[in-house]
Amino acid sequence: MMYYTGIDIGSTAAKIAVLDETGAAIDRFVIPTGWSSRMAAKHIAELLENKGIYVQDTEEHEKNTLVVSTGYGREAVEFADKQVTEITCHAKGAQLLFQKEKAVSVIDVGGQDTKVILVENGLVSDFLMNDKCAAGTGKFIEVMANRLNVDIEEMFELAKAGEPIPISALCTVFAESEVISYIAEGRSREDIASGVIASVANKVATMCKRQRLAEKIVLTGGLSSNSYFAALLSDRLGQPVENSSEGRYAGALGAAMTAKKLGERRSRQRAQVQ
Amino acid sequence: MQKLPDNFETYDEARQRGFLALKELKDKGQRVVGIFCSYVPTELIYAAGAIPVGLCANSEEPIPAGETRLPRNLCPLIKASYGFALTEKCPYFYFSDLVVGETTCDGKKKMFELMNEIKETFVMSLPNSREPREAAVAAWRSEIIRLKEKLEDFYHITITEDQIREAIRLKNRERVAFQTYLELGKLDPPALSGYEMGTKTDASAFTFDINDRIRSFEERTREVLHYWETERKGKTSDRPRIMVTGCPNGGVRDKLLKTIEELGGDIVLIDTCGGIRTQMQKVEETGDVYTALAEKYIDITCSVMSPNAPRFEMMGKLMDEFQVDGVVEVILQACHTFNVEAYNVKRYVTEQKGVPYLGLETDYSQADKGQIATRLGAFLEMLS
Ligand code: SF4
Ligand code: SF4
Repeated sequence: MMYYTGIDIGSTAAKIAVLDETGAAIDRFVIPTGWSSRMAAKHIAELLENKGIYVQDTEEHEKNTLVVSTGYGREAVEFADKQVTEITCHAKGAQLLFQKEKAVSVIDVGGQDTKVILVENGLVSDFLMNDKCAAGTGKFIEVMANRLNVDIEEMFELAKAGEPIPISALCTVFAESEVISYIAEGRSREDIASGVIASVANKVATMCKRQRLAEKIVLTGGLSSNSYFAALLSDRLGQPVENSSEGRYAGALGAAMTAKKLGERRSRQRAQVQ
Repeated sequence: MQKLPDNFETYDEARQRGFLALKELKDKGQRVVGIFCSYVPTELIYAAGAIPVGLCANSEEPIPAGETRLPRNLCPLIKASYGFALTEKCPYFYFSDLVVGETTCDGKKKMFELMNEIKETFVMSLPNSREPREAAVAAWRSEIIRLKEKLEDFYHITITEDQIREAIRLKNRERVAFQTYLELGKLDPPALSGYEMGTKTDASAFTFDINDRIRSFEERTREVLHYWETERKGKTSDRPRIMVTGCPNGGVRDKLLKTIEELGGDIVLIDTCGGIRTQMQKVEETGDVYTALAEKYIDITCSVMSPNAPRFEMMGKLMDEFQVDGVVEVILQACHTFNVEAYNVKRYVTEQKGVPYLGLETDYSQADKGQIATRLGAFLEMLS
């Protein structure tokens, strides 16, 4: 049995998806990236091995998977057969998750950066990535959540219960001091959290509007199962934004699909040589 | 990736070599005029018996010094150029007798006021529009005459029309050599690297004898053609053919141009003011010299001009001739004219030409190296 494994190492979480020879997704899991992508990659290899998937030849076992790595830590996966950018992988993965659509716009709010990708007929036709700053990314939410002494999930729970107060600074550092002064003024955590999430949604929506959008818009990546955030985006874009529980695996699935393609190409080439 | 020639000289090496050569020339009494922009007609500088040296800085090093007086949120080219002037770390600035500036973008023209405190900076007033044409040409012509008079005054010389005409002929010959070299980018499959083209064009400024420059371009052109004929012709390449446009990209050559080629693209065309588009149009060799110069230079298709339709016409034509598969636009941080115009460039490239486009806003730092590589990687994956 040959497997095709996609490993998407983001700045906070590493996502893994495995396809079998027929292209069916037979496994997927997520682990925290931790402080070192390299350690995470090693850990992933061990976890896969426990499942009977061997990324490298060892004395006891033959390598039985092709591996494509993607994401911010893709270069740390030394045993990968190929590295592909997360943009291509998210596009491919979204195509798999939303098979019926001819065109989809993919919004991925990642820990480190945010991307908006237009996929037409399975191919990336345009994409935007946010600039050097953290505004509009998961990092921004994380920093503010730390300030409010809650984790990300609690942050969203608070936000749902609050009325957004404006966070006008675009730079994380300045926004943080804005938040600090709101705390000092005694504003409720709910309202502050609400303001933070709203500011991220605004920033992401502005980015979306700089691009031609497909009728179908989907949320992938870490916030993909967050229906509250999807609703905020829908509101700002005036168009439904779908969320899904599988969306966070879009990058890993796309990488696994690329691995499968790579396998097919290799066996074709082998056949030609013979 | 296309091979670099065995005797390839990096930009820094050329710059180094230039120092010594320029020092020797200066010791012999050579006149030197510093310039910042392609709009300045160097013919007049040659006619004054001086050599023009480009002072646009490509390095990150002088930026902190520049930021002691300039806002941080300013184009890195301006901050670096001023930083060099302030710290006297750039021998080319140091050796310049006079600096010629121009009213192109706001950041640069205001910076010249400060630069003038360090070294005399003569600022030419460039119209911001080519329309109505007669008025624009007349205005630029009178500025060109003002530059001539300034040079006469400054060096206590008289510049004759014959001298100007001679310089026009010489520069035209150089343009042909330059253009022929850059047209090698049309070869399919490609036979030279875009990184080389960019480096060689920018570094040629450090060869001060115009005839040496012409010879060097002609030689390399012959070499590449020979290589193509014997080793590349008839082969196929699946590497996408990339055009780079936008701001001057010397300061991000390694971060961007090199990365594109390392990641699997071939840069066949660099459509910036240092590239082919300023070489294509020659200066009329007969008739009134000042009008001839004004007409050529006012037609440079930089984003500082409004409206700027000729840029798009030229771009479209070049994209066809060079069979471009993808366009990467480089915007230096806080360059408003190129940044605003980028919207139209994207629209033109994707809608009119049906070619994918990627815009990148960056500065001279290495901080966004990874993000830039990811975007370029994704863009190239999208093209293949
Ligand atoms: S980009 Fe425009 S303003 Fe800048 S040097 Fe070139 S022609 Fe001059
Ligand atoms: S790149 Fe833009 S902002 Fe910088 S000097 Fe040139 S025109 Fe001005």
